[in-house]
Parts: sequence; structure tokens; C-alpha cells
Amino acid sequence: MKYREGEVRIPSGCAISAAISREGRPINGESMIRSMVPMHDRSNGLGGGFAAYGIYPEHKDEFALHIFFGSGASRHECEAYLKETFEIVLAEEMPIRIIPEITDVPIIRRYFVTPLRSALHRMQLDEREYIARAVMHINTEISDAYVFSSGKNMGVFKAVGYPEDVGRFYRLEEYEAYSWTAHGRYPTNTPGWWGGAHPFSLLDWTVVHNGEISSYDANRRYIEMFGYKCALQTDTEVITYIVDYLVRRQGLTLEETASVIAAPFWSTIERCEPEKAEKLKFLRMTYPSLLITGPFSIVLGFEGGLMALNDRLKLRSMVTGEKDDMVFIASEEAAIRAMEPNAENIFAPSGGCPFIVKVKEGKY
Amino acid sequence: MGIDYLYPEFEVRRSSNCIDCKICIDQCSYGVHSFDEKSGMMKADDSKCVNCQRCVCFCPVHALKIVKSDNCMRDNANWSGDTVKEIYKQASSGGVLLSSMGNPKPAPVYWDKVLINASQVTNPPIDPLREPMETKVFLGKKPDKPRRDENGRLICDMPPQLELSMPVMFSAMSYGSISYNAHLSMARAARELGIYYNTGEGGLHEDFYSYGENTIVQVASGRFGVHSGYLNAGAAIEIKMGQGAKPGIGGHLPGAKINGDVSRTRMVPKGSDAISPAPHHDIYSIEDLRQLVMSLKEVTGYKKPVIVKVAAVHNIAAIAGGIARSGADIIAIDGFRGGTGAAPTRIRDNVGIPVELALAAVDRSLREEGIRDNVSVVVGGSIRSSADVVKAVALGADACYIATAALLAMGCHLCRSCQTGKCSWGIATQKKELVSRLDPDEGSRRLVNLMTAWRHEIKELMGGMGINSIEALRGNRLMLRGVGLNEKELQILGISHAGD
Repeated sequence: MKYREGEVRIPSGCAISAAISREGRPINGESMIRSMVPMHDRSNGLGGGFAAYGIYPEHKDEFALHIFFGSGASRHECEAYLKETFEIVLAEEMPIRIIPEITDVPIIRRYFVTPLRSALHRMQLDEREYIARAVMHINTEISDAYVFSSGKNMGVFKAVGYPEDVGRFYRLEEYEAYSWTAHGRYPTNTPGWWGGAHPFSLLDWTVVHNGEISSYDANRRYIEMFGYKCALQTDTEVITYIVDYLVRRQGLTLEETASVIAAPFWSTIERCEPEKAEKLKFLRMTYPSLLITGPFSIVLGFEGGLMALNDRLKLRSMVTGEKDDMVFIASEEAAIRAMEPNAENIFAPSGGCPFIVKVKEGKY
Repeated sequence: MGIDYLYPEFEVRRSSNCIDCKICIDQCSYGVHSFDEKSGMMKADDSKCVNCQRCVCFCPVHALKIVKSDNCMRDNANWSGDTVKEIYKQASSGGVLLSSMGNPKPAPVYWDKVLINASQVTNPPIDPLREPMETKVFLGKKPDKPRRDENGRLICDMPPQLELSMPVMFSAMSYGSISYNAHLSMARAARELGIYYNTGEGGLHEDFYSYGENTIVQVASGRFGVHSGYLNAGAAIEIKMGQGAKPGIGGHLPGAKINGDVSRTRMVPKGSDAISPAPHHDIYSIEDLRQLVMSLKEVTGYKKPVIVKVAAVHNIAAIAGGIARSGADIIAIDGFRGGTGAAPTRIRDNVGIPVELALAAVDRSLREEGIRDNVSVVVGGSIRSSADVVKAVALGADACYIATAALLAMGCHLCRSCQTGKCSWGIATQKKELVSRLDPDEGSRRLVNLMTAWRHEIKELMGGMGINSIEALRGNRLMLRGVGLNEKELQILGISHAGD
């Protein structure tokens, strides 16, 4: 029997890769698809996906909603909600290529929207919080409708299948992005639908993740106190919400966020110089329930940058490499070589040490 | 059968190994053993035996054992022997039945119906012998949204916290109900372990002020021994609203136990009964609690966390919500199987609810209200092993209180006769010659051993789950599964059934 993702918790192994140009130069999607080929055996054909930043320059001030619908009825219900919630600038079919490797294709559409000013004012919300709440509403209240991308000038593309096939299905060779992440999934059970594939995303946050976190339910039950609803029961979903909560709502920096979710051991904190130790201790004492344990390697995508992070014990592989303005991150060096055979400075960041790359200001 | 219609519950059996050394006579504080000069034989008065096992442990030739009497009343499934005996006792005395220690009835123990997860294949178990495994816990309110100074640096202001090396503390037992040496053993062990012990409501003996950093001082309805020096001596202050063994009931330390030191520490005249009223007479409602919490904080300069201890009763989730909004930093919930120095038997055995269900309900409700960060949650009554601790933390507790387990470590054999004041192990007594039987060096060493062993076991269990820090276990209910529980019980505990 197939369960819908969210009705059951499905552990997964995975492959991840990412590339970014510090100069904000466009990178073609073809290169990302290529990076996943040598890691084929890290996926099992039950999930693949990509996130791309800077792909909708003509709509850069609007939020791009990518939505799966299980039926025409769910589309109608969801579109009625979208109309009363947003000003819809453009609504269209997602461009896809029908290929035999990708089947059970749902209705996939994308909408470029802005929040209704009057509603924003009435609810006393900033537009990002408004969008986040609307996404939570659709994903939990409207059956068979699922927003899988909701940021500005970026988009997530995912499906059940091998990542190489998913890339061809979404015609990624037609997209140019300054930053990409990619994911191939190895779930232990067959996910009943496409929502559970990675990257997982909220606003411009995207997360690709390899691992199975042992702190899941502690993290989930904590983050749900703040209005997040973990509908998919996946690690990636809860990690995305944690990042959104800490950075957007609590105002932490990415480095501070990393030292919450992959907090240094107490013994390490004790050895730090006093000012740093005080700060690390404060963060650990303030957010104990957001410590993530168990194996993970994640790449967090956001507007203008990437952050890679391993669990404290580094229980999952992850390497980085560079070439000129390009920076690469992947589960295996082979994936980096597939993108850039002459990559330099191949390096494996230590567990719990964030690796942050940002595009130069003004270049994205 | 005597005029009280009761046949002795236990029989003292002495084998031919006996060498008439008379150690048992010295050791028995209940006067069971004697030597009959005429016959040259050791004798025993079974009717006085409470089965404390003292003589058994001290007999150098293992000639003694205590057995349950096989004298039987006629079988009756409705009227058990215990029930009938209680009727006889009350018909004889006209009084309320008193009991000591926790509820001995076969009440449901949910810990035993909950099983713990372990990692296989999809993620690795972690070996605590090879990798760091953290059990440190902080108790107290979490700060609100962090603030920054003008340079953008985080302002690291933390409300007052208790730092524990592991999520276990020694629960409240007053000086008076237990002995000086028992308190000293706990104080020393708490300091060595980096945890806390709790004064109970008997005040703090002047000798123990030096252990203040590892002491929680209690304020109960009798306010015995409470003054500003006392409040400032401890690391935290606990307001005792109730106790699991006797919810809704006050306390009564008989005058016989109020000797010189106890009298001075409690600030109660020598020989007079120390009676704690059922309610705090300045707390008849939740807004009154807030005033006491704030008064105590005022006295201690807002530097010490305030714990509010309540018995697990039917409406515990709502009560905990009120406490979380009272300014208190920590809620301690005491389950109905919790121990006591003395409680009315009917109350002990029939009032309150199991702590597992109370904890699950409180943790869920505080999260639904979005106020879980306002308070830490500590549970007790009864936590019997490291597995219970792990299950409690996974259900949502920040830490556990243990008392009976600590007494057992010091030698208690659960004879449930604390109310007699004749504790042969030197624990629940104020008689000098008995108190001296508990060597504080030995007592603290055994407490440290017990906690060290538990800590190892907690690490092993955590490592098996692939968790290397206790924070990631707290409230992690996915790590628990129920066996033999019905839908409603699973729903309240917030866990799935095994196999699901």
C-alpha cells in the first residue's frame, strides 16, 4: 500500500549537490543535472529535485508559487483561495516535457502573486509572514493542493523519479540561475505523491538534506508551537521551518543559526574564549529544542547565497570545491568534478561548521 | 490472634546456623529479637516485625529470614486479607489509617507499557564510549526573542537557571521526616554529581548552608524554617502546593520527632506537633500564587528560579497552564505513586493520577498554548530507573525528581514504617543511636554510584536512538511506542502503538 507523504514517516538516504557563482553569473540547469549522474546509486528513483535562484528576473518583485494539484477540484478550490488572498499577476502551466521515466504527473501550475495590500494592513503582517501563512493554509487545509515553492525570483522543481529525469522533465536546460541545489532521494518506502521530494522550501528558503535526524519529533513539536505545521513528516520540512523561524522571526544570523541546530558540545564551548563561549551557551540554552541530532548534511539555499552544514559528528559525507568565482558543494567529489573537472580546494567541512557562500552584493 | 483480631503479617525464621551472637537484638529497632536466658535460646516476637530486613542483612551466618505468614483467612475475592485487616484496625482504633512510602497497590505503571526506539540501518546508533554524549540540562524560563546591542551583538541575558549534569534531582524530603545523616548524604552527593537535593518543608539545618549551591529550599503551607536567610541560601526555591502521595492534604510531623535540632531548624517548639495545613492560607487562587512567586523573587533579588510543585490531579494541564503564567520558572509534577513519610492510606491509594499521563497532558497543553518555554517541567512519583527517566524526558519532561530510589540507595528496604520513627536503617528517624547507623560517607557514595550508573544507562539508551544530547530527546515522542495500551491511553500519551 502506498501512503501519502505525511501519513507516515519515511526515512531516506540521499545525494545532494549545489553550485553558486559568487559573481552572480548565470549557470545553466544542464550542469546541475550532470552533477547528479555520478551519484545515481545514492537515489532509488523515488524522488529528485532542484532549486534555482535568479530564474525569474522579469517577475522578481512577485512571489512565485509552484503548486501541485491532485485533481481539477482541488485546483478550483485553491485558485478561489488564491484570488481572495493575492493579486495574481500571472498564472500558467508549469512547462514540462512528458517522458516515460516520469509518471503519475499531477497538475503543476505556477502563479506570480503579490499579497493584497488591504489584507496585509488589516492583519498587521509583513508580506513574507503573509505568504508563509497562506502556504501553510493551502498545504494543510486544501486537500490535494501543495505549494512546493513560494519565494521571489527563485523556484523549486521536484518529482518522483531519478534527479536526472526530473531535470529533463522540468526542462531545466531552459533556466539560468546564479545558484542551484539538487537532490536525489533514496526513501525506504514508496512515497504516494510528489510533495515529499526535495528540495523542501518556504519563501526563498530551500533545503536539500541527506540524513535521518534522530531529534525529529523534539524539533517538530517545538516548531509547531509557532504556527508551522509539519504536514510531510520529513526532516527537510522541519529543518526549513527551523531556519525560517530562527533567521526570519528570531533575527539570528546564519552562523548563529548553525550554532543552534548543530550546537557545539558543551566541552567545546568551555574551551572557547569567554565572549564567544557566553554567546554559544546563550544560544544553546535558549533554543535547546532546535538542536538537531543524528546524521545530516544539508545545503540551505536563500536569496543571494548557500549554506552547507553537517551534523556535529559528521555522520554524512559532504565536500566543497572552488573554481574561479564558482563554489560547489556535494555529497561526493565526483559530483563536483562532473560540474567542473578542474575544481580546486576540495575540502570536507568539519561537523557542525557552517560553510557559507554569498553572491557579491548587487550581483543578484 | 490477639484482641486486635490480627495475626502477625511476617514470621521470623531462624535456622540452626544461629550462633547466638545477638547482633539481631542490637540491630532490631522494633524489639523483635530477644535471648531467653532460661532456655538459652534466641526468640522472636513476630507481631513486632515490620520486615525491614535489618537483622537479615546483619546476621553474620545468614541464619535469619523473614517470610510472609502463611496463616490465611478464608479466600474471598471481594474482601482481600488487607481490606479485612484495615477494617479490624479501624474498628479497633476509630482512626484514619496511616501509611508510609508510595502506593503499593497494583496501580497501572505506564512506564512499563512504553518501549524505547533504537537506530537500525537508516541512521547509526552512537557509541557513548567513543563519542561525546551530553546529559547536561538547564531548568528555567527561556528568554523571549533575543535582543542585540547597538553593535548588533547578542545581549546574552538569561533568566535564572538551574544547571544539572544529568536530568535527575533528589526530591523533597524534610529534615525531621528523615535524618541529619540522610540529608548530609544527599547534600554531599548532589554537590559531587552537579545536581540538586531538596530540603522539603523542614527548613535547612545550619550545617548544610554550605551546600546551598546544590540545594533547593522548599516553602510549604506550614512555612516551617522559612526566613530570608534560608530563601537566599539555596539555588532555587520550591513552593510546595501538593504532593503526589497525598494531594489536597497537609502534613503532620509528630512532636516526638521535633527534637532540639529539628525544632531549631523548623522554628517550631520542641515536642510540639508540626502541622502543615492542606492549603497555603495565602493562596486560595491562581492570582494568589503569582503574588507568592513574586514575593519570593523579590526577597531573592530575582536571582533564583522558583519551582511550583503540584500533585498530579485530574485538571493538571489547566493548573500547569496557570502556573506557567504565574511567573514561576519550573513546574514540578508529583504523580500518585509518589512516596511519603506518612499519609492517610485512603488518600495515598485513591487520590491523584499517574504522572505519565499528567506529564503527557501538561507538555501537550503548554505547547498548544505556546507557553512551553515559560517553564521547565520536572516530574516525580515514581521514577524507578534510568529507563523511566529516558521515557519521561521523551514524553516531555526536562528532568525527574527521585526520592524513594534515593532512600533505597541509602539502605531503605521499603518496609513502609516511616511513621513509627524507628527506622532501623537510620533514615526516617531522629533517634541518635539509629541515625548514626547511616554513615554519610557511605550514604553519599551509594547515591553517587546510583546516579553514575543511571547516567551511563541514559547515555547507552540515547546512543541507541542516535541521539547525542538530551535536548534532542526531550519531547521526542516518536522515540516511544506503547504496548498493550488502548487508543485513549495512546492518545493521551501522544505516542503510537508498537508496530504502528
